[in-house]
Amino acid sequence: MLEQAPDLATAAGWLPLAFMIIMGLAILAYVILDGFDLGVGLLLQLGESDGQKDTMIASIGPFWDANETWLVLGIGILLVAFPAAHGIVLGALYLPVALMLIGLTLRGVAFDFRVKARDEHKATWDWAFFAGSLLAALSQGYMLGRFVTGFTEDLWSYLFACLIALSMASGFALLGSTWLIIKTTDELQRRAITWAKRSIVLLAIGVAGVSLATPLVSERIYEKWFGLENLIVLWPIPAMTALTFLIAYRSLSRLPAKLDEGLRDSEWVPFASTVAIFMLAFHGLAYSLFPYVVIDKLTIWEAASAPESLMFIFVGAIIVLPVIVGYSAYAYRVFRGKATDLSYY
Amino acid sequence: MADALLLSRLQFAANISFHILFPMITIALAWVLLFFKLRFNATGDEKWMNAYRFWVKVFALTFALGVVTGITMSFQFGTNWPGYMNTVGNIAGPLLAYEVLTAFFLEATFLGIMLFGFKRVGNRMHTVATALVAVGTSLSAFWILALVSWMHTPTGFEMRDGVAHVTSWMEVIFNPSFGYRFIHTMLASFLTVAFLVIGLSAYRMLRDDITPAVQASLRLGIIMAAVLAPLQIFTGDLHGLNTLEHQPAKVAAMEALWETRRGAPLVLVGFPDAETHSNKYAIELPGIASLILVHDIQGEVKGIDAFPNAHPPVAPVFWSFRVMVGTGVLMLLISWAAAWSLKRRNGLSPFMLKALVAMTFSGWVAVLAGWYTTEIGRQPFLVSGVLRTADAVTSVSAGNIALTLTLYLLLYAVLITSYITVVFYLARQAGEAGSKTSEPTAHGPKVLAGKAATEGGHA
Repeated sequence: MLEQAPDLATAAGWLPLAFMIIMGLAILAYVILDGFDLGVGLLLQLGESDGQKDTMIASIGPFWDANETWLVLGIGILLVAFPAAHGIVLGALYLPVALMLIGLTLRGVAFDFRVKARDEHKATWDWAFFAGSLLAALSQGYMLGRFVTGFTEDLWSYLFACLIALSMASGFALLGSTWLIIKTTDELQRRAITWAKRSIVLLAIGVAGVSLATPLVSERIYEKWFGLENLIVLWPIPAMTALTFLIAYRSLSRLPAKLDEGLRDSEWVPFASTVAIFMLAFHGLAYSLFPYVVIDKLTIWEAASAPESLMFIFVGAIIVLPVIVGYSAYAYRVFRGKATDLSYY
Repeated sequence: MADALLLSRLQFAANISFHILFPMITIALAWVLLFFKLRFNATGDEKWMNAYRFWVKVFALTFALGVVTGITMSFQFGTNWPGYMNTVGNIAGPLLAYEVLTAFFLEATFLGIMLFGFKRVGNRMHTVATALVAVGTSLSAFWILALVSWMHTPTGFEMRDGVAHVTSWMEVIFNPSFGYRFIHTMLASFLTVAFLVIGLSAYRMLRDDITPAVQASLRLGIIMAAVLAPLQIFTGDLHGLNTLEHQPAKVAAMEALWETRRGAPLVLVGFPDAETHSNKYAIELPGIASLILVHDIQGEVKGIDAFPNAHPPVAPVFWSFRVMVGTGVLMLLISWAAAWSLKRRNGLSPFMLKALVAMTFSGWVAVLAGWYTTEIGRQPFLVSGVLRTADAVTSVSAGNIALTLTLYLLLYAVLITSYITVVFYLARQAGEAGSKTSEPTAHGPKVLAGKAATEGGHA
């Protein structure tokens, strides 16, 4: 098996590595960006009035389409750069993928239908929006869990996948509620702080559980993390994660008092620290998996497409991706500040 | 129980049939919205902005359905057709990647600004956002049709160890059928939108919701349809001749010609029978198929028998083709009748308005029938002459596929019902809102639907 990279000076050596990095960043961008709007979907039914629900939806209205496109890019790169892995991974995850797609479809259309359908149908579409978001979040977590265990078919591996599914949903709820803290005011903002505090506790339990269980279900990850030299190099990751949790929780606890005094300048701290938690977890995961795209079966070099095809995409990606990041940033700047009513001007 | 191949094909057919309905609207509707916007900028006439405001809602809803069903498509390759990427991934991959990179992000990001950003970015940037969304939807069509066309008429590659490797990207993208397919599909999108715009505007007129915006939309739709319908029939004929050159088996199935012969008849209707290789109850015009296809009444046309074990099923291709042509001819006739009536009588009769409402989604019928003609016509190949469909299918169990197929079909049934209901509801709601707010309702003899619509209102 090809554990070591081929000569990185050759196109067949560095191109797969470059695409792994682009794919990783696309998936990270997806998890964080669609994470907050899926999270708002998970929380929607907790909104007390139609007005609150409208504001919650308005806070993600201009963004969700583009956020979901990162999933298409991530899965697209898996498809085009690592076609052999694409077939194995998606074949093994056949049912959860279908459930996720049904969830995403349901919430994507509910979003539009709820404001356009007759008033008496609005509650049904709200429910569909919540159910679709939940189905998508749980399926994504479950898929990650199955992927990390290398699709092992035993009870512990399935339980582990379910644990990740619940953690993922808690994480999205945290992203969603901290996003709402930035985008809303008054009563709804206070409620979002409460939701965030509950979500962060659930997420902390989930992350601790996953961290303890991962080495037990994957021998390979156990060896990677608990070998002596790695232990020293890697300890900052869990330490920083724990610290970030504390920062987020402390800032959530202090926020209501600050808002009472009219101080709004720390509204962004809970969201930013949640994003940091996701980035740290992603970093640890990426370290655990490299250089495999299918754990213990297929490395990125074994799964890669022909260099001439990768080169053709790489040139385009290097030119176009910065442009995409640029206009996405522009769109977020246009819609900065508090969410106003959802209306086509 | 049916096998994984059949179920996977049904699932892919269901997914793509449902998906294609929505891009076929958004591609052309984006340009129509840009037209409304530019007319407003140029004239300052509020009716164009009112038309924009109504149609942008339809656009947003349609776009959302296109996005979510498109995500499903991107997973289908891996879940159900792993052999496709394993064999031609070096070609399909980059084309799909360019679609995502150059089109998907552009559309999705600027759609947000187009829908919600009017007050935040100013009129000029809002116009730019509308234009970028239109460019994005058409770019998306460019890349995906390049790939689809390559699967029909593959060029610019060589096979090494059973895997396709690119020798020329220009030949891959601009393969022999691409130009015809691209123009034919873009025109199909504009015709679909023309009849959607006509249908909903006629619906509002029948409900006495006769505003300048509705009249302008109806007029625009009728002009679009009357000009584009004959153009589409002409390009369709060119596309057919291109198919005869590169995929003669498909043409044999479209015409239900079982045997290679001179002076081949045009089968107007009939029931192709795969058992006996003949057409039952056929009405034929002798020599006309030869005349159309090789421009010689005694010319030789290849039949199904010339392609043993490499021809598509005849009946579905034959029937889809007839449904497409029939719908196209109907679109031509009704758009010309409406255009004539507008010009000569300066209005449309209630009967005509009702006929136009009935034609609202006629574009979908023609698009699906055309899609089935060309895609079933490519069978038994997934990539003509390179990869057979049966060799690309997944090893996932048939039971699992049957389960997901059932779930998709249920979901799609709910969504298509909701979509059509909500589109008409939006049209009714626009009328109610319009009568309450600033937009004046036009009256008097100069009105487009004038006397006829008023009578319709009393009827």
